[in-house]
Amino acid sequence: MSEPRTLLAIDQVSKNFGRVTAVDGISLDIRENEFFALLGPSGCGKTTLLRMLAGFETPSDGRILLDGKDIARTPPNKRPVNLMFQSYALFPHMSVRANVSYGLEMERLPSAEIRSRVDAILATTELVPFADRKPDQLSGGQKQRVALARALVKRPRLLLLDEPLGALDKKLRGAMQLELKRLQHEVGITFVIVTHDQEESLVMADRMAVLKDGKLLQCDTPHAVYEHPADRFVADFIGVMNFVPGKATADGVAATNGTRIAGKLPTELTAGQAAVASVRPERIRLFPPAETANRTTGTVEALAYQGLDLQLHVRTPLSPKPFLVRVTADAADRRPVSSGDKVELGWDAADVRIFKE
Amino acid sequence: MTRPSRSSLLMAPALVWLTALMVVPCALVLALAFFRRGIYGGIDYTFTLENFGLVFDPLYAGIFLKSARIAGTATLIAVVVGYAAAYAIAAAPRRWQPVFLFFAVLPFWSNYLIRTYAWIVLLNREGLITQLLRWLGYTGEPPSMLYTEGAVIAGLVYNYLPFVILACYAPLSRLNPELAEASRDLGASAATTFRRVILPLTVPGIAAGAVFVFVLSIGNFVTPALLGGGRFQMIGNLVYDQFLTANDWPFGAALAMALIAIMLLVLMAQALAANRAAGRSAQTGGADG
Repeated sequence: MSEPRTLLAIDQVSKNFGRVTAVDGISLDIRENEFFALLGPSGCGKTTLLRMLAGFETPSDGRILLDGKDIARTPPNKRPVNLMFQSYALFPHMSVRANVSYGLEMERLPSAEIRSRVDAILATTELVPFADRKPDQLSGGQKQRVALARALVKRPRLLLLDEPLGALDKKLRGAMQLELKRLQHEVGITFVIVTHDQEESLVMADRMAVLKDGKLLQCDTPHAVYEHPADRFVADFIGVMNFVPGKATADGVAATNGTRIAGKLPTELTAGQAAVASVRPERIRLFPPAETANRTTGTVEALAYQGLDLQLHVRTPLSPKPFLVRVTADAADRRPVSSGDKVELGWDAADVRIFKE
Repeated sequence: MTRPSRSSLLMAPALVWLTALMVVPCALVLALAFFRRGIYGGIDYTFTLENFGLVFDPLYAGIFLKSARIAGTATLIAVVVGYAAAYAIAAAPRRWQPVFLFFAVLPFWSNYLIRTYAWIVLLNREGLITQLLRWLGYTGEPPSMLYTEGAVIAGLVYNYLPFVILACYAPLSRLNPELAEASRDLGASAATTFRRVILPLTVPGIAAGAVFVFVLSIGNFVTPALLGGGRFQMIGNLVYDQFLTANDWPFGAALAMALIAIMLLVLMAQALAANRAAGRSAQTGGADG
């Protein structure tokens, strides 16, 4: 594969609304043809950042370079960027076809070309049977596809999606996640999606940026963010994590009850500082082999059967909150446990992540 | 049905009221129009269609056309000015909008006559506008503004503007601001966005406001009488004169009926258009799949 090219460079961008700083000096590179996710809790600045990319807000500071050209002050109708709105914002007085044609009419393309491009995108998004309907005669999923078709038909350099699946129910959501991913490959357009749903960005994104309080915490592939979170907030926000508070030692963390958790200490920590060791639920084994580096005993407080696997809440002396342990259905069948049982838990030092408290 | 349903019982007082105070008097006026004028005023109860023929006499038809032109001009100005004001109010911060609306409607709470007299004070030869011009250094003849068609139109626009503002504000304030953003995002200029998205979606408000101004203006007689001077006649003044000065009740009744017919036609046209717009979006029913 050739070296990925940077399409959009966000360079030290800040945005203040009065005394509130919504976006605080964020720098990010988004590559050609990638599916990029901006992730964070509400109020983290992700929507403001997206609106600056679309042209609805002007940065207070910094540059936004598209193909090397600063577009930070270009009005929204003059940038090769399109936004799919969270509310879809379909024109209620226009048919599906008229909604989709609108953007091409603005480019003053010949009507034959408009018709063929609209036909093609309606076919791709499976909207042909609904072409003459008005938006209020469509279901949620259909509206979402119209909004997508309306933006895609413009063949933007960059497509922005604001919580595109937020209004859909959970089952439809899962299907649409894969659908969006397939479409993105098919049309070869760079997608930037804003979401508060970490699961969504893990499933869809090639790379993701985690934001909090207007600042960028981490930008990497979903795998890297999940396995090597930059800090305690990211570790907690992405997926499920068990935390053991304590003090840093030379080769891990000493829990408050004295138990030593073996793991690699990050460079910013020195022995004696307050620290927290963490481990993902799926890395913990029930009744581990004797050579396992980290072990503890606990009492099963609750079980949640989830089809593919079993989730256990285990009370241990290591932390005030019960440990979450995920066991495959297979393992659970081999050695059944029930509420109230005493169990042994174990995990490898390589699976431990240690953060500054 | 053997028993009146609860909803028809609830409607009864309004129906009685309308019948007694609206339908009956209108029917009486209509009946009057088919009789002759008595020699000494009063009514000669012999059937005739003459009065309706006279309505189409060029002299009187001309007054109808003039009234329609004045009402039309006032409507156009009120819609343009009122829509702009409603747009500005809807674009203001949410918490300020009720305040601005209150001020827009404030003149309503004072008497129509007093408000119209105030315009005389403004437009008089030595009125406030002339004084303002003098203060700005104007030395020529005071402009004659009072007792002109312009004064009548200004008075009508001023009196009915709040209706237009309220009627246009409702759809404008309900408009999802993301629609305008979506239009801009898809490459439309601000002007195109207004023409193709904002305006079509707020037409019902404009139509309601326009019909209101037109219907109230074409039949108005206070404003033309006060601001147009004695010589200036609109249909309303003509009807007034026939009943109270010329003592020709039957012809006055025929004129009044013609006026009511015009108003009904305008209202029906608007109702029909509104119905069709509502029907168009409902005809294919709900979504499936």
